[in-house]
Amino acid sequence: MVSESEPGWQREVFDVLKAAGVRHVCYVPDAGHAAAIRLAEADPGIEAVVLTTEEEGIGYLAGAWLGGEGGALLMQSSGVGNCINTLALQPCIRFPLLMVVTMRGDWAEFNHWQNPMGQATEPVLKQMGVMTWRADAPAEVSPLLRGAATMAFEGDSACALLLGQRLIGEKEWVK
Amino acid sequence: MTAGGTLDRRAVVAGLLQERRELLVVSALGSPSYDLMAAGDHDRNFYLWAAMGSAAMVGFGLAQAQPDRPVLVLTGDGEQLMGLGALATIALRRPPNLTIVVLDNGHYGETGMQPSHAGRGVELARLAEALDFPSAETITELQGVEPLRRRLHARAGLHLAVVKIEPRNWPRALPPRDGVFVKNRFRQALGHSPS
Repeated sequence: MVSESEPGWQREVFDVLKAAGVRHVCYVPDAGHAAAIRLAEADPGIEAVVLTTEEEGIGYLAGAWLGGEGGALLMQSSGVGNCINTLALQPCIRFPLLMVVTMRGDWAEFNHWQNPMGQATEPVLKQMGVMTWRADAPAEVSPLLRGAATMAFEGDSACALLLGQRLIGEKEWVK
Repeated sequence: MTAGGTLDRRAVVAGLLQERRELLVVSALGSPSYDLMAAGDHDRNFYLWAAMGSAAMVGFGLAQAQPDRPVLVLTGDGEQLMGLGALATIALRRPPNLTIVVLDNGHYGETGMQPSHAGRGVELARLAEALDFPSAETITELQGVEPLRRRLHARAGLHLAVVKIEPRNWPRALPPRDGVFVKNRFRQALGHSPS
């Protein structure tokens, strides 16, 4: 199951979430989250919940927190667009909302239909009151996510780490 | 099929909340939250005021974190129609302590009683069956409420009940709108202190 080509930072995403005490990992699949999804699904201490659309994860994490447990939401940048209205829950309820977002339409994007949402992802998150950080190099992922998790769980805040396309690598486009 | 039904929504919700014991309740924005408030404010009620389509997912997350307590989601037909994908997500996990009650008047009551998809023929209980919910039912008589109440306390399996209510707006019973207060009150009732 483990891909030889899977970069180490992908595993670090899971390790940081685990160390932060995350009990629930909600996700809409993306290649950049493949390791974290696989490890979360295999971990008996974590409820891994696959969603049909990303905003489901915000309601889910609000509910889990009402019940005393924290989690994280993994998605692609296009999913941020799906979340906008539901993001209102976070400032109104104030619960830890930690999101990890793999970027499209960000750099070296072969499909320009991804560009409008990709370029809007970070501004939209900020407009909805989410604090954001960007990782564009492997060494940045773990410390940035650790810091985001601290601010989410210690401050009942909305925090998103964006994983840039320079980090993920150019997607091969087979014509 | 006619839009909605004949049941009095306030009587349905009051009936479901009798002898509530360990019951945790999440209500969708609009009328379900007013119904829940009208039945009596409670530390273990969580009222949504936004995020249409999210009530079932909030209840799902809560049910997963509190597997030893029954969780009731009170929503409406229009609200649940906005979160149809959530039913598929929940169906995969089948939390045995989660009951979703759709108060179906076949209309968008909050915005002027425009007919909803449910009022135009979409049957949410049949959708739940198609998604492989272990059980789903449509309730058209008040006598159906007490068995539903007993069933949800038994935590005997994920269940969706569509209750056909009269398309009529009741006077609003407004729950507290301070979500942080309601959240902290709810969590404290479960033994979690504010951070």
